This record gives sequence, structure tokens and C-alpha cells, in this order.
Amino acid sequence: MTRLLPAQFADLEPYAQTWCRRTEAERWAVRAASSMQELADFYDAAFPRLEAAIEYCDEHPLDALPDDVGRLVELVHSVVMVSMAVEIFGQPKTVDSADAVLHRVREPRP
Amino acid sequence: MARFPKPPEGSWTEHYPALGTGPVSYEDSTSPEFYERERRAIFKRTWLNVGRVEELPRSGSYFTKEIAAANASVVVVRGKDGEVRAFHNICRHRGNKLVWNDYPLEETRGTCRQFQCKYHGWRYDLEGALNFVQQESEFFDLDKDAYGLLPVHCDVWAGFIFVNFAPEAEQPLTEFLGPMVTDLEGYPFDEMTARFGYRTNIAANWKLFMDAFQEFYHAPVLHAKQSPQKYSAMAQQAGFEAPHYRIEGPHRLVSTSGVRFWEMDSELVKPMEITTRSGLFGPWDEVDLGEMPKGVNPAHCDPWGLDSFQVFPNFVILLWSQGWYLTYHYWPTSHHTHVFEGNVYFLPATNARERIAQEMAAVTFKEFALQDANTLEATQMGIESGYVDRFLLNDQEVLCRHLHKEVADWIAAYESVPEVPRP
Repeated sequence: MTRLLPAQFADLEPYAQTWCRRTEAERWAVRAASSMQELADFYDAAFPRLEAAIEYCDEHPLDALPDDVGRLVELVHSVVMVSMAVEIFGQPKTVDSADAVLHRVREPRP
Repeated sequence: MARFPKPPEGSWTEHYPALGTGPVSYEDSTSPEFYERERRAIFKRTWLNVGRVEELPRSGSYFTKEIAAANASVVVVRGKDGEVRAFHNICRHRGNKLVWNDYPLEETRGTCRQFQCKYHGWRYDLEGALNFVQQESEFFDLDKDAYGLLPVHCDVWAGFIFVNFAPEAEQPLTEFLGPMVTDLEGYPFDEMTARFGYRTNIAANWKLFMDAFQEFYHAPVLHAKQSPQKYSAMAQQAGFEAPHYRIEGPHRLVSTSGVRFWEMDSELVKPMEITTRSGLFGPWDEVDLGEMPKGVNPAHCDPWGLDSFQVFPNFVILLWSQGWYLTYHYWPTSHHTHVFEGNVYFLPATNARERIAQEMAAVTFKEFALQDANTLEATQMGIESGYVDRFLLNDQEVLCRHLHKEVADWIAAYESVPEVPRP
């Protein structure tokens, strides 16, 4: 299988296919479609590695990230999004949001 | 329990005696007839912010804006001379909507050398002049100079582009904004080009969402489940007070005090906030924006949290002490629906750590806004039922009181003068 993340983060490779997403809209859709168990598994594996991941990404200029490092940034963005569900809500959806939606229609790249 | 001094009259509300202190009606948010009056008296008559100059980086850059409340679509374009202009998005030949992509109702943006109508190929230059008519000789006495795109009054303040649909604008833009707002001139809006944009349709009157974001009395309660339990309990116990409110002309301002999350016990903040050093109030690590213009933090709060400038009628500029800003726009589409746009602006990140801190702030903003959005629809249902017609506002809700009064005053002023022909 092709490696998506830098070799130092091989332990997160099982989550890369699902969570390396270019846009917030895609990450949001994956969070909404995931079970709490899936979100907790991803968070438990990735959260302890965040500081190392951010330090690793910072070794490269933000506007010239190699592909695998760019995907690592995307994965970190996903952990940030998932943290809301795991640390606070205890459910994939925002508590008390019912059927409200808010689309992110533009964002900086990366 | 007042933690901050109130004005000599005893309250912020009584400091502005025209507001009164009694219960209010929200019939202005449930009546189709009232909405029609708002459209005529306000949205077709005052300055409306439609975007920023950074969206038009070069000659030929354009975007369209749908403004249902003014029954208008506009094209905003930077001309060859560098000037930003606005035109009604209507071909002068047979009235076809001029600039759109796949669907005529959807806004679009891009860069072009000229505008060409999809219907019969008439072309207009970037300054609006009609410069090509297909089979021109088939027309009768056609004077192309008389059939350029219909201009809309357009002016720019601090990089914010405003339009005005009145036949003649009653006030120049900066006079309309007044010193409370124009004293923000010099804030580095132009440098904050890292933009996260949000948009949604809301099943509530536009003023109700403005109300939701112009009082923070709701924050410790509605958003209790956004924070660790210990923090929420403390916040709810303390309640909310703003150190400063100000009303000037049709516009209003609330300043809040800051929270130093980075000095707090770890039980009070989310683990992800500690890791990313960021959260609802923005990245924890201060950015140096240089000297601030005098309009920022006008009450010199320390610690200072934010200034929320409510620019009449439907535009908000919210500056955070952590060196970033938000804008909100509320675009009415009927008496009980509107389009909400929220934009989050930062200095461009210089490394991944800064980018991730921005992501954390933007993601947190959305989680909070979803709770506000959902509550609004419940509020609209409650007041629209019509069974209760008087509602209470406390002193921390003084700005809500002012918005509804200001809307009523604009309508009264407009309707008190004899009807003049309107476009």
C-alpha cells in the first residue's frame, strides 16, 4: 500500500485514508458519518502525537509542504475537528445544533 | 453584582433614554408586510457592505452579490483605472441577468476583460460602457453611449466595499458610518487575508440573528456544553457583563473583557486548546499588529476581549484582542428567512503551527454558531405563533433594543415623506 504520511508517523497510517481530507467540508462529513467509537479511536491514537506532528510540519515552509507533510497537516486539522466531539460533546454532532448547518465556503490553502 | 461601572443614569439602557426600558414587541420580525416596509425604507436606501477590496485584486476582478431585500443583483468590478465600481447585473438589451455561471441565482466571481451577455452577446467594458452590439445595424437609432450598465452607488471605506441603491445616497458613506466606526481606520484589515468563509440559510428574521450576536447574556447558558464542565459552571455562576456599550447614530458597539485561558488551570480548558494554544477567542499567542487606531478598545478594557461593531443595518465587524477579526452579514430573503455569512480573517500563517491554531479558532467558531443558528429557528417559531406579544430585555441586551427601535425609526422617517418615484 502506498504510504500517505511521513515514515515517522507510520503509526497514524491506518487513519490516513479516512482523515487526510483537503477541505473542512469533507472532514465535517466524515465526522458526522462516524460512530463515537471510531472518533474516539482516532483521537486516542492521534492526539498524543500532535505536538510531534506539528513540530515535524514546521520544519517545512508552509507554502511548499511535500505531499506527505501536507497530508499530515490535513490529519491534524481532522484531529482538531474530532476533538470537539470527543472532548466535549460526547457525540459526533454539535450538542443542541439540531438540523442547523453552516458551510465553510472558503478557506486558506493549505 | 455589577462588576463594571455603569453610566451615571444607573444602566446602559437608561443612558440612552429614547430606548425606554419596557417590554418590546417582535412583530417587526414576523410580519411579511413589515418586511416589505423594511426593504423600501432601509435596504433600498442605505449603505450595504458587499465585500472587501482584497476580493478584487486586479483590473477585471469581479464578483456578483444577490441582495434579495433590495430586489437586486449587483456586479462589483475593478476597472482598468483601478477604481471599484458597482452595476446592476442586468443587460440593457432585453434585461437578461448579465453575469452568472451555471445558475442565475448563485453568486459568482472571477476575472475578465469585459462582460458579455449570454443571450445575444452584447458586451460591456469594465467601466460599464456598452461597446459591442451584435448586428448593431438592425437596431433603430441606437446610441450605445446611452446604454451602458446601470451604475449603483459604490464607495470604499478601509477596504470595505459598500453599495447604496437609493437614486441619490442621502449621506456620503463615511458620514453615514460616523466617527465610532471610522475611528477603526488604520486597523490592518488589508493584511488579514487568511480568510475562512461560512454561509448558511437561516429560518429566522435577520434581526433575530443580529440580536443573538449583539448580546452575550446567552453565552454562559446556550454555549455551556462547549466547555469543560468546571469552566461552564463557573461561567454560569458569574453570568455575563460587558464593561462598555456605545450607541452612535444607527450603529452600536459592545466591548467585552478578555479571558486569559493560558493562565487557567488545565481542568478549565479543552486539551485541544492547550495543544493548539487556540480556541474561541483565537490563537493564544499574541500577534503584533503595531499601534491600534483609537476606535479599537475605546473603553480601554484590560484585559480586553473583543469589540463588536454593529453597523446598520446588517453588517458586523468584530475585532478580537488576539489580533484577528470576524465579519457577519445578515441578508434577508423574507420576513422569516435570511442568508447568514460569517467570515474569519487572520494574518496569513507563516508556519504550520500558526495555521493549525487558526483552524482551531475557526472550527470552534462554527461549533458555537451552530448552536446560535438552531436556537434562532426555535425563537422564530415562538414569536411567530403570536400568542405572546411583549418580551423583556435586560441591560446586557441594550443593543437588541436599539436595533429594533432604529429599524422602526428608519421606516417612520421614510414613510413620513411623500412617495417619490423609485427605480
